[in-house]
Amino acid sequence: MSAILSVKDIVAKRGRRFRLRIKDFAIQAQEVVALIGPNGAGKSTLLTILACLTAPDHGYLLFGDTVVTKKNALSVRRQLAVVFQEPLLLDSTVLENVSLGLKLRGQKDGAEEKALAWLQRFGVDGLADQNALTLSGGEAQRVSLARAFALEPRVLFLDEPFASIDLISRTSLVAEFKSVLTGTGTTAVLVTHDFSEVLALASRTVVLDQGKIQAQGTPEEIAADKKWGNLAKGIELNGMAIYR
Amino acid sequence: MDFIGQGFIKAFELLWTGNKEVYTIALLTIKVSGTATLISLVLGVPSGLYFAVSRFRGREFLVGALNAGMGLPPTVVGLWVALFLWRRGPFGFLGLMYTPTAMVIAQTIIALPLVAGLTMTAVQQLSPKLRLQILALGASPLQFWWLILREVRLGVMAAVMAGFGRVIAEVGASMAVGGNVRWYSRVLTTSIVLEVNKGNFSLALALSFVLLLISYSVTYWLTVLQQRRRQT
Repeated sequence: MSAILSVKDIVAKRGRRFRLRIKDFAIQAQEVVALIGPNGAGKSTLLTILACLTAPDHGYLLFGDTVVTKKNALSVRRQLAVVFQEPLLLDSTVLENVSLGLKLRGQKDGAEEKALAWLQRFGVDGLADQNALTLSGGEAQRVSLARAFALEPRVLFLDEPFASIDLISRTSLVAEFKSVLTGTGTTAVLVTHDFSEVLALASRTVVLDQGKIQAQGTPEEIAADKKWGNLAKGIELNGMAIYR
Repeated sequence: MDFIGQGFIKAFELLWTGNKEVYTIALLTIKVSGTATLISLVLGVPSGLYFAVSRFRGREFLVGALNAGMGLPPTVVGLWVALFLWRRGPFGFLGLMYTPTAMVIAQTIIALPLVAGLTMTAVQQLSPKLRLQILALGASPLQFWWLILREVRLGVMAAVMAGFGRVIAEVGASMAVGGNVRWYSRVLTTSIVLEVNKGNFSLALALSFVLLLISYSVTYWLTVLQQRRRQT
């Protein structure tokens, strides 16, 4: 099976400091990969490189068999979607926000109907005409998820998407998200500090530390790992990234 | 104190009867300051966007200069523009000294750092991740800049208001490069100074009312536009 996205020999630096050094990493179709690790491990850096938002200092990104370059980065990016920890909605109506990505990608016909359907799927269609900046945190993140799914991405990237939501809303949103993810068979990469999310959503877990991949396997394998199991249990208990 | 009351009455008379000189001066003021603000908008907004988002060698120096430029004394600007446009100056051959064009040039130099600087600040107040989010949505470079501009439209409007307010109120530069020539390069601020010096308070008052009216009307119109856009 060929990978949808892969990185080869990538290095990312900030100044002289290495933030990421990965020899080989690939994402296969329909898998949900969770990236876990302590703060500063390089999870978000890897996510932005995979999502074609930043270029590595060395090495390259492959989309299928095609090397991603400055020239084709936009067309690759237009087949992906990203949800960040903050909803990052624009100063316009909810419906405009959700249909924006489709319009930017040249899919103007039926964009609003599609956007409305996804808003409905996440239970926020009643807010369609409201300014997106007036929503509560939970509502805004639902809109943000609807916006990403409306794009029908080949790979969906999520950078701690549930971290800023209160516990009660988070539980129901994770459940809804899981049902949508399973229903659509979307390939996803999830950065999280909450191992319960890993257990609920991921098919593969990748442990990053000091910019390197330290371990990978199913969430259960990572939880049972001598070294990294403690890390996993720690975050399951605390729901936070206090690993060591 | 009578002369103040008489001044008010005379001022309203001049405005009510459509005094040709007052209206000529007012129209030139709008033309000069409006054109300078428009040029500052066209040059300043893209510069502000670029400075806010890009990283390049010498950026700090340019941003520092931009911030310092926000407080440029109009008289100093007038002096430097005059030096360049003077008959024996580098651009003397253009014959622009003591023309409304020279006043537009000077006022543009005054407003430009303000428009660019305030636009830059408005963009920098956006979350850096919002830029990544816009790219992630699939925006091309042109779509990216357009969306960023749309997000900071309130800040840009504030920049335009500040720029227009500054140039319509300045005297030094217009006096230095326009020469305050009657029926030709006389604007509201320069003629107010002249009439005050002559002791002609009624005309000075009339002109000051017009200046306040123009300044308030333009700012009010921009504010309405700004607030209406905020609500949509």
